[in-house]
Amino acid sequence: MNKLAENYPDEIKAILAKYPPEQKQAAVMPLIYLAQRAENFITKQAMQEVAEICEITTTEVASIVGFYSLYYDEKGGKYRVQVCTDLPCALRGAEEFLSKLCENLGIQVGETTADGKITVEAVMCLAGCDKAPMFQVQSGEGLEYHENQSVESALKVIDELQKR
Amino acid sequence: MTEIKQTVLLRHREIPGLNQLEVYREQGGFEAWRKVVTSMQPNEVIDTVKASGLRGRGGAGFPTGMKWSFIDNWNWPHYVVANADESEPGTFKDREIMESNPFQFLEGLAICAFAVKAKAAYIYLRGEFWQVAHFLDEKIAEMESAGLLGEKLFGTEYGLRLYTHLGAGAYICGEETALLESMEGKLGQPRLRPPFPPSYGLFGKPTIVNNVETLTNVPLIIEKGAEWFRTYGTEKSPGVKVFSLSGNVNKPGNYELPLGTTFRELIYTHGGGIPDGHKVKAIMPAGASSSLIVATEEALDTPMDYESVPKVGAQLGSASVIVIDDSVNISWLLNKTVHFFKHESCGKCTPCREGTYWMMHLTERIANGQASAEDVELLREVANQIKGKCLCALGEFSIEAVLSGIERFPEDFPAQIKEPAPEIATT
Repeated sequence: MNKLAENYPDEIKAILAKYPPEQKQAAVMPLIYLAQRAENFITKQAMQEVAEICEITTTEVASIVGFYSLYYDEKGGKYRVQVCTDLPCALRGAEEFLSKLCENLGIQVGETTADGKITVEAVMCLAGCDKAPMFQVQSGEGLEYHENQSVESALKVIDELQKR
Repeated sequence: MTEIKQTVLLRHREIPGLNQLEVYREQGGFEAWRKVVTSMQPNEVIDTVKASGLRGRGGAGFPTGMKWSFIDNWNWPHYVVANADESEPGTFKDREIMESNPFQFLEGLAICAFAVKAKAAYIYLRGEFWQVAHFLDEKIAEMESAGLLGEKLFGTEYGLRLYTHLGAGAYICGEETALLESMEGKLGQPRLRPPFPPSYGLFGKPTIVNNVETLTNVPLIIEKGAEWFRTYGTEKSPGVKVFSLSGNVNKPGNYELPLGTTFRELIYTHGGGIPDGHKVKAIMPAGASSSLIVATEEALDTPMDYESVPKVGAQLGSASVIVIDDSVNISWLLNKTVHFFKHESCGKCTPCREGTYWMMHLTERIANGQASAEDVELLREVANQIKGKCLCALGEFSIEAVLSGIERFPEDFPAQIKEPAPEIATT
């Protein structure tokens, strides 16, 4: 039984319609996003289901999950707060911003808050260099940008997320 | 200060609401699209773009019209893929274009598809552009409702569909063959070239891959002509460019300027100079992939075009200008850029995969002041071992800042041996 196919029949149909009918493998990336929607990570079971729909092996799906940064095979916080600390952002104080943010939350970079809601991570360039410090919030539902941030404004965003 | 006659790419800054279909059409939007479909042959479109001298804005600067003319007409169907994977540290121009002037980009993409006789085109966006992809989906749907996309366009036999496709966080997918692999649902690892995408691209079919900014130039080239386009920029680098300015400047942001504008004008006139009384120490004109230019008076007066920047020891690339002031230690900077490339190396070629790993550890040691003189030489040696030994440019990019940094800023590498190391044989 394919739970993914059962839960999201319309979404899967729309995804497959984007690609030539004989190129089902092209749908693997959007389908992994779909599988991550519920809990912001993909289970072994779901990888098998994605593989079935794309007519590829589970190992191939697992390798895709491992290769790309925005896929997770382990549970993290419900929201991943990802701060860019690459060169242009670092020149505008992103490293200090990140360490103060974590200090305020009482966690280390890469850790999750006690309520299981927020994981704070340092990530590579997000194409927001002129508006640093900045971060993105990734959850199962999608991804949003927060730019020109201070520690105070970021804590406010995180507070809102924890209430959701 | 260079006079800007008319904004070409960032027109939304002058025309409010340009990301709405009715506003875009009031400005003459999609007239070029109608013109090519109803009254031009695909070859005529390619000839016009060739005559304009437009060169790829993603970094390589390859002549766009020439690329389109390479499409293999013995193998069908054809595809066009817009490269919206914008991931170079320091680059944030395509995002602004897609968010604020989306129709001009989509019109350019459509015209390219017509020119190479493709009936489907994809936009490959980096996964982080999730909101942008959904926004573009809405804009594409509006175009379909308005009869600008779909079957039998403007009463002709030609039809076209556009689709977005999200990546999932991998810098390497900006390399066009890795991007195609990724779109096919595989690991984003570069292919051996040749064959090049115009003969063997997406799903093994002839494909044109163009950067977002490149395509956004196209509607106005069709509307106003190649000669008009050539009134901007220099003879060999015609047109305008969006310069992404970041780092230690007062007013970072995107600036649309003619190719050939000097670093000094960008940094001081538009960017407002360096904050807190600091002086500019170094410039990276092509993001983290760039060599470090020593910010001498001569360098500041260098025109930013594809021919002049190499004369001061770097490349223009995607024109993502990172400004570094005199408070920054270059050994720290090298650790930053190398850390990025180590994370983003796809792992296919050993020199890049292993080399970036060792360079990361060496630069960390040097930046922390724990290095010996031998470590600086070893870093140079490892960098030279990567040089010219990889399938794509990522490995090559990872050593640009390293080699130029050690050579041009020796004062930041106090442990360095004074005698230059012997050249490492690359054969």
